[in-house]
Amino acid sequence: MNELVFFINNVIITGSVSGSIYAIGAVGVTLVFSIMRFAHFAHADMMTFGAFMVLLLTLAFPGAGGAVGLPTAVVMLPLAILLTAALAVGIDRAFYKPLRAHGVKPIVMVIASLGVTLMLQGLIRLFAGTGGQRLYIDDRKEIFRLALPFEGARAPIVVTEPQIILFILTIVCVVSLHLFLSRSRLGKAMRAMSDNPDLARASGINTNLIVAVTWMIAGGLAAIAGTLLSLDVTFKPDLSFFLLLPIFAAAIVGGVGHPYGAIAGGFVVGFAETLAVFNWGVLLRPFRDSLPEWLAQAGSLSFVGTEYKIVVPFVLLVAILVWRPTGLFKGKVIT
Amino acid sequence: MPLLDARDVYGGYGGMNILNGVDMAIEADEIGVIVGPNGAGKSTMLKAIFGLLSINQGEILLRGEPIHNLPTNQLVQKGMGFVPQEYNVFPSLTVQENLEMGAFLKPESVARMLERVYGIFPPLKEKRRQPAGELSGGQRQMVAMGRALMAEPSVLLLDEPTAGLSPLFMNEIFERVKEVNAAGVGVLMVEQNAKQALAIADKGFVLAAGQNRFTDTGAALLADPEVARSFLGG
Repeated sequence: MNELVFFINNVIITGSVSGSIYAIGAVGVTLVFSIMRFAHFAHADMMTFGAFMVLLLTLAFPGAGGAVGLPTAVVMLPLAILLTAALAVGIDRAFYKPLRAHGVKPIVMVIASLGVTLMLQGLIRLFAGTGGQRLYIDDRKEIFRLALPFEGARAPIVVTEPQIILFILTIVCVVSLHLFLSRSRLGKAMRAMSDNPDLARASGINTNLIVAVTWMIAGGLAAIAGTLLSLDVTFKPDLSFFLLLPIFAAAIVGGVGHPYGAIAGGFVVGFAETLAVFNWGVLLRPFRDSLPEWLAQAGSLSFVGTEYKIVVPFVLLVAILVWRPTGLFKGKVIT
Repeated sequence: MPLLDARDVYGGYGGMNILNGVDMAIEADEIGVIVGPNGAGKSTMLKAIFGLLSINQGEILLRGEPIHNLPTNQLVQKGMGFVPQEYNVFPSLTVQENLEMGAFLKPESVARMLERVYGIFPPLKEKRRQPAGELSGGQRQMVAMGRALMAEPSVLLLDEPTAGLSPLFMNEIFERVKEVNAAGVGVLMVEQNAKQALAIADKGFVLAAGQNRFTDTGAALLADPEVARSFLGG
């Protein structure tokens, strides 16, 4: 039983945590791609920026969360969402819009976004320093231990407060995104522009407005994902380096330009990572006596060591591109 | 005053003129049909009217007001609807969502116009929840025309609405065009099926090499032996 609890703690919960973060990040990447047709590499830095805004606001108004019984960082999140959405629209106006007006090739936009990555990262480092910082400043991270009602289950299932907030916010994000895309006039226009930008224009859809809305949503979601990750671990200015690859892998695995695919892809990548680094030896322990000696004696039976976790999304990415280039859901083929 | 009046239009792509002085005018209650051999500039003319191609010389007037080189969303606002020949639906959107996009600028009239469009194209009502990409060619053409009608245009531009359709569907589409026109929408369309199209045309324009060759009523053009010999295949 303890082995099962270990599995739940280390695979189900850990996988859902990284899966949620990748999913929210990948949705932004995929929305930007579907409207503007380029891979926006600075997306992970928008996530860092959002988390940094939360850090600054938390430092500025410590104790604000105590009044409502939530961590201060979570109370500051809506403001950080607005700031990051504004940043995303501002970056577009300053860097991407002039390039679009010249009708440049997508690869030029990709390189421009790499430049934005470096600028954002430098800027955040300038103010935040290079070390990690906790987003829990004034209050303690609450940890919930749920004991299983079985005999022999001594170890409890462990969930932390930020993880619970993360799960709730992920569900809220996914549901509201779905309602926005399927019910609202702007959401439908976004899907229309993703399908056929020329026809969208011929229908009288204001494509500049759609572009701005896309950046706001992408920026807002980036702030949520970045903050939730920083809450779960710590805030680091180079957070984006560890996020960029899994997020793009998630978007591509799910099918580029397909928001629901990006959500599925996020969880596929998140669980693939945790399953790959999970020590399967633990699950074999109850059957130790009936196993061949070489298997019973093995110390760790994980597919890859934790330090090589980053290769998992990469392998998954290559496999998907070979096996099914349009992703799990039928997305656009990147050209 | 004509509804749509194009005067002495020169235009093309990349500095090369495809249109060399085209004149074209239709009244508010008319169906105008543009016919002519391949490469005559028929579709180019339609695109020039809808502002998808900047013209080098001449003018295009909608109810006397110059509209050339205005951005497309302003043209839609002024009452122009355009149905391209290809890629004329949003494939991943449902039929109803496609139609709703046509009324993007007039969200308050969506419900009323949906009813009207479903009245003109009853098959679309049954398929309203189906993605437009799954429909047959003829049904897609209905979605495309319906989408353009949702904005309550005063003039509808159709680029080869019957291309690739079976004769049965072709007649169906022409019947709908007549119905739309009878409801007070001026129509200007490019057609390869010249004889059938001229039969429903109030005005016909025969283009060749980017210039007007013949301009007359549809019936007169059909009766003209020279037009028949050179452009309608005998």
